[in-house]
Amino acid sequence: MPDFKRPHALVDIPTHYCPGCTHGIIHRLVAEVIDDMGIEGDTIGVCPVGCSVLGYFYFNCDMMQASHGRSPAVATGIKRANPDKFVFTYQGDGDLAAIGTAETVHAAARGENITVIFINNAIYGMTGGQMAPTTLPGQTSQTSPYGRNPNTEGFPIRICEMLSTLDGVAYAERVATIDPKSINAAKKAIRKGFEIQKNKKGFSIIEVLSTCPTNWGLTPLKALDWLKENMLPYYPLGVYADKEVRS
Amino acid sequence: MEKILMKGNEACAEAAIRAGCKCYFGYPITPQNEITAYMSKHLPKIDGGVFVQAESEIGAINMIYGCAGSGSRCMTSSSSPGISLKSEGISYIVGADLPCVIVNVQRGGPGLGTIQPSQADYWQATKAIGHGDMRIPILAPASAQEMVDMTLKAFRIAEEYRTPVMILADGLLGQMMEPVSFDNKSLPEADSSWAANGHANSRPKNTINSLYLDPLELEQKIKERFKRYEQITEKEVGAVYDKGAKIVVAAYGSTARVARSAVDKARAEGINAGLFRPQTLWPFPKKQLIEATENAKVVLVTEMSMGQMVDDVKMSLEFKLPVQFFGRTGGFVPNPDEILTKIKELEVSDNA
Amino acid sequence: MMTYEVLTAGFGGQGVLFVGKMLAEIGLLDGKEVSWFPSYGPAMRGGTCNCSVVVSDRPIGSPVVSHPNLLIAMNGPSYDKFIGTVAPDGKAFVDSTLTNPEDSAAKPCDGVRIFSIPATKLAVDNDLIGMANIIILGKLIKETAFASLETVEKAMTGVTKGKERLFALNMKALKLGMEY
Repeated sequence: MPDFKRPHALVDIPTHYCPGCTHGIIHRLVAEVIDDMGIEGDTIGVCPVGCSVLGYFYFNCDMMQASHGRSPAVATGIKRANPDKFVFTYQGDGDLAAIGTAETVHAAARGENITVIFINNAIYGMTGGQMAPTTLPGQTSQTSPYGRNPNTEGFPIRICEMLSTLDGVAYAERVATIDPKSINAAKKAIRKGFEIQKNKKGFSIIEVLSTCPTNWGLTPLKALDWLKENMLPYYPLGVYADKEVRS
Repeated sequence: MEKILMKGNEACAEAAIRAGCKCYFGYPITPQNEITAYMSKHLPKIDGGVFVQAESEIGAINMIYGCAGSGSRCMTSSSSPGISLKSEGISYIVGADLPCVIVNVQRGGPGLGTIQPSQADYWQATKAIGHGDMRIPILAPASAQEMVDMTLKAFRIAEEYRTPVMILADGLLGQMMEPVSFDNKSLPEADSSWAANGHANSRPKNTINSLYLDPLELEQKIKERFKRYEQITEKEVGAVYDKGAKIVVAAYGSTARVARSAVDKARAEGINAGLFRPQTLWPFPKKQLIEATENAKVVLVTEMSMGQMVDDVKMSLEFKLPVQFFGRTGGFVPNPDEILTKIKELEVSDNA
Repeated sequence: MMTYEVLTAGFGGQGVLFVGKMLAEIGLLDGKEVSWFPSYGPAMRGGTCNCSVVVSDRPIGSPVVSHPNLLIAMNGPSYDKFIGTVAPDGKAFVDSTLTNPEDSAAKPCDGVRIFSIPATKLAVDNDLIGMANIIILGKLIKETAFASLETVEKAMTGVTKGKERLFALNMKALKLGMEY
């Protein structure tokens, strides 16, 4: 039985996240991986604009706060000047898949040796529940009050599938934080991303399907059920890229 | 000192490398491409040298944010439309107090405008380079040699005051070849104890950030930054000027060269004209302008724009002297005779 | 004291910018103030291009030459466009393979001297294709007090960067122009 204690890489302060939100779990998983690998002193994290905008308070490694969508570019700047350090970004779906699509795609295409933690909860959380690029067809939100209509609002973007076509992507996996089993799998995937970075193999992205009970208007438990019933079919879990980018 | 012929753009890039700039992030745009090309050729040969052609100007300026935030000396360059795209990032860089150098080799606007030389970004550079309560120092070279000297100065100011610094050149300065010499030495290693480059378990963690949700904290941050602006205003302002002239022609950058020719011709014809050339546009050299205009009856501002520096001249003189304007825009470089004609008109009206 | 304001013009690819650079390098070797400013634009090859070179004993104000006292016109459009701008005491050097000044509607000011030289033909006939620009430079060096052959040779050594064959070909072209 492992000793259940707060990871050192996670600062001992209350977070601002809503009750039942899975950001806390994912923060912890990232921090555990940093602890397990003993790399806190060599890691620089980049947090985005969105719910995790204040993420720089929560991690004990050096942190940067980036403008909306630009985390992969910021991470590129850090990593190129500090190729032996670990650099990760922590981004939501609006940040990564809408305003920051260009930065995401090109950091991936360049094979930047960074790890991207991508939180997909199918909605804009921080600004109050607007439609995200990952909002599902039919899903209601503040800006799709009649349900997302693909004829007018287009279709959700499957980021892992899209990025997996790029030669610069060494690793892309979609995981979820639904139950202990999936949470353990998520941690393994995050660890894999950091290991790929350690071995200078290229760009890694771990997409984590996450809940937003507040903006979905559901209790935390019902939110998990909603994720299973609606998001898993549209965003199948699995490894989408696992390849040698650099020799 | 050996002099070699170099384009202003290349001279700027070489000066940056000699100053110790190891990282460059940029995106192609005319008429600054020689800077990007020069960096792509030379930086990879340097130990730790980094060149990245970004996906956009937005990407490039945010790479600068990351690179500068991790304590590395870095630079980006662009031309007018690209600077508009960088604007967001520049504001964040100011908000996080990061040193870096940004070069704007101006072309004509608005919109796609033209690729020909222009000085139409004066307002943008000096008044509105990013959202929020902020300024950045703006240096205005007027020769290939000043592209060299001011690049070194820009890095020094950037690191001393923890601010981005802009070199506001134009297509003429960038594309023109002139003899330059490099007597500058590399800047000393800057203090980077604040940088986010891994705490190595030997110091508290560093955070690079521009977000302050507590108004009191943000106000204090901004006020502290404006204290630094006061120091920059006190110590770093520059201008070159003639004294005692009755007609003072105020011009910066490329236009100042043309104005110099016009003023010299006017003097040869017995007109008491003089040139005032600001080397910093923000902070504007107010005291120097007052000194240059002690004997003046009128000031003629000349620019490659519709007259964007005019307000700064008027305000610096506290509206005590008549200020006239002559400019060309749209990509035209004025010729000395045009300015000379204007000087003569002023001479006549002054005598009348 | 003399200020040379030179305009070189022609098609892209004729070496118009290079001959301008040569003039600037020569001026630099003579200890003069120099500037070189190209037209720049979308036409990288084949379009018309020109460049302004100023060589002076005094610091150079405007590097943009609007009334050259030396013009090198390497094709018809350049001749038509610029011959009327040459200063009254100026000299124009024209590639007569590609343009005939007498056929042009554009006329020089009184006092402008025109030197025609079939530079492109001379280049072709002497296995010096692409060096019409240097042939014209030779003519300019002969007909003006711009610089001594010695300085030109030294500048040529600099720009050919130790490539002996290239240097020899350029010097051959230069002398062809000087002797024409």
